[in-house]
Amino acid sequence: MLNIRWRPLEVVFWLCTLLPFAVAPGYLSLASQIAITALFALSLDLILGYAGIVSLGHAAFFGLGAYSAGLLAKHLWAEPLTGLALAGALSGLVGYATSHVVVRFRHLALIMLTLGFGLLLHEAANSASALTGGADGLQGFRVPSVLGFRFDLYGTTAYGYALAVLFACFLISRRIIHSPFGLALRGIRENATRMPAIGAPSRAHLRKAYTLAAVMAGIAGALLTHTTSTVSLEVLSFGRSADVLVILILGGAGRLYGGILGAILYMVARDQFSGANPQYWYFWIGLLLIAVVMFLPNGILGGLARFSRRAA
Amino acid sequence: MAQALDLELPAGARYALIGPNGAGKTTLINLVTGMLAPDGGSVLLDGEDITALPAEARVKRGLARTFQINALFPQLTALESVALAVLERDGHAHNWWRGLPRFGAQLDEAQAILESLRLESQGNRLTRELAYGEQRLLEIALALATRPRVLLLDEPAAGVPRDETARLFAAIAGLSRELTVLFIEHDMEVVFRFASRILVMVGGRILVQGTPEEIARDPIVREVYLGRARHA
Amino acid sequence: MLSSLAGVLFDGFAYGMLLFLLSVGLTVTLGMMNFVNLAHCSFAMVGGYATVTLVNKLGWPFLATLPFAFLTGSLVSIALERTLYRRLYQASDLDQCLLTIGIVFVSVAAFAWLYSTEQQSTRVPEALRGSTQWMGVSFGAYRLFLIATGLAVAAILILGLERTRFGARVRAAVDNQRMARGLGIDVDRTFMITFALGGGLAGLGGALAIEIVGLDPTFALAYLVYVLIVVAVGGLGSIGGSFAAALLLGISDMAGKYYVPWLGAFLIYLVMVALLMWRPLGLFGKR
Repeated sequence: MLNIRWRPLEVVFWLCTLLPFAVAPGYLSLASQIAITALFALSLDLILGYAGIVSLGHAAFFGLGAYSAGLLAKHLWAEPLTGLALAGALSGLVGYATSHVVVRFRHLALIMLTLGFGLLLHEAANSASALTGGADGLQGFRVPSVLGFRFDLYGTTAYGYALAVLFACFLISRRIIHSPFGLALRGIRENATRMPAIGAPSRAHLRKAYTLAAVMAGIAGALLTHTTSTVSLEVLSFGRSADVLVILILGGAGRLYGGILGAILYMVARDQFSGANPQYWYFWIGLLLIAVVMFLPNGILGGLARFSRRAA
Repeated sequence: MAQALDLELPAGARYALIGPNGAGKTTLINLVTGMLAPDGGSVLLDGEDITALPAEARVKRGLARTFQINALFPQLTALESVALAVLERDGHAHNWWRGLPRFGAQLDEAQAILESLRLESQGNRLTRELAYGEQRLLEIALALATRPRVLLLDEPAAGVPRDETARLFAAIAGLSRELTVLFIEHDMEVVFRFASRILVMVGGRILVQGTPEEIARDPIVREVYLGRARHA
Repeated sequence: MLSSLAGVLFDGFAYGMLLFLLSVGLTVTLGMMNFVNLAHCSFAMVGGYATVTLVNKLGWPFLATLPFAFLTGSLVSIALERTLYRRLYQASDLDQCLLTIGIVFVSVAAFAWLYSTEQQSTRVPEALRGSTQWMGVSFGAYRLFLIATGLAVAAILILGLERTRFGARVRAAVDNQRMARGLGIDVDRTFMITFALGGGLAGLGGALAIEIVGLDPTFALAYLVYVLIVVAVGGLGSIGGSFAAALLLGISDMAGKYYVPWLGAFLIYLVMVALLMWRPLGLFGKR
């Protein structure tokens, strides 16, 4: 707890994230998608891995961010950094509002409420087609550049942009986790009953965490809009909420790097194997989920940690 | 299930609450600390009516408790657990910007609390890796970290192996004289050693109260309780 | 106007009965073991596909396949319970969710591979086709059959719960598992049988649903939401609760689609969220 210096492995990891520019220039678009998904998973980790809130509707904030960035670009101006700020602010506001409800519930009611909010937003976006384009999604706008760097076809700017934002949000998350607030969140996760008994305002803590997670998810959504210049209804779907949950669990929740690792593995695997028949992809993901829950409950990072502890 | 109760704890008291299982002792603690809402009546702390206050607000007013079954943070280290309680008390737990090492005063205090309970060597071990007796001590450490004026101990010696009880007794003996303590216990050794007054609770009511000698002599108590339970 | 209202109510009632059949198993098992089984609608799907296979490939009459739909739902649920679920009774909500979502994914993909992704349909007997007219309202024969089945199942379940020894054990286990065990009730066995019954009813529901809403591999996910809404709103462990909630949901859905189609499913989710906020344990929930 007291050692929050960067471990050498971490430094190596982040340096490696620059590698795709040099060794895999053909995959930069994929890499930018991975970075965006990693950020989304990181935001879920804040509430799931650290505070213990099971959300089946986190895509609501991702989608909110995506749509607000898209609407801004379409109707006002296409400068991305202000789009990020707006998306984060809007998602954060909605996150704050809904957090008052969400933190009052646990177990099935909580799962249902988060699922319900997500579905609500999805339906609303589907119906309000005048604003959002409905099932066809939001189109007809372009985000040409960020800070003077043009978004090119190869995804160079996209990856640089997404990676930079991911890193910035990662730094913030890292700070949060090593702060007293982060400790309090872990306390809530470890024993929610004990927290009031040591004078902790659990609900206030959870609301803050939920809001921060919503801001980050919104920023991730905006990144998607900026790098693809389109918003599809799918960003609000249950599928997206389920995917990010799988990714986080796969990598290992509550370990800061779990979401990033999970995103890399999942998206690379999907890119390689999904191909022609997406439904067969879900067959293997389903099996993987079952295997992870039965045999590797703390994800890959958890398994590695256990292994290294035993070996030590 | 508690029924009709009238209980008063003077400052600095060392009272013990005993009674058969199901008499309502833990329920009483839950009511006083705010984990359960009473059907009627009120809870006063130092003259202030705290009946409407949620549990965490009562802790801030100086009312702390330990749990009969350990309510600890399995994956936090002992030091982290106590530090968390200290940080919450000092109102720093909302701070998500500054790193934990910057809160030296709170960390030092957490370390000192661990030392006072002879747990300082276990500071960096995960709670779930501690011996059971050490975990019971950590329970008390967490409650002490909130700087209480009144401390409710729910069966502190429960399940503690014989060879670890010495440390526990030392810890209880070492509690500040200004601290008002009420403890629930089945272990008569603890009760007779530390309590200045004993209250016997049966069926949700206080049956009788008095000094340890009076209680030991009381025929009703013997019949109802002491005769059957020596060390539960 | 009144006749269309009556029509909507009738269709809603029938749809509600279908939802009830699909949900009742889940509410009892959730109430008893607190096990979040998101794969419940996969059992329904299995039953539906069993009927499809028997009718379309083997030429069985529709009604004769219904017991088999029930049976396949039962068998699949017991198989899963014995192998995977029982290890996770003490696990966290999250783990249970993830395991059962995994099973849903596997089942959706498996049936897509076995039967393709197209809609399935089935031949319903003559007696159940067509409709009767009464007071200017058209009452579909199949929907009448559905309502009758739903009411019959509800009656059997409630009577069984109140009058039989097994029912008493189920009630005890739902109310207070620890005490039930303490009284010598074999909770695990009671649960297994209840689970099998619930899975069977889901299978039956899946078979009956084909004529109303069709069947394709996404059924397991699409109707999961509705089933969860019924269970959450009705209250865990309450058969009467899920009956009421299913009716409420069925009628609201039909009414919504008829009177305010542009709102779509938005209305349902809004009602659910509002109801859960008002009563987080459901309308008739105990815990």
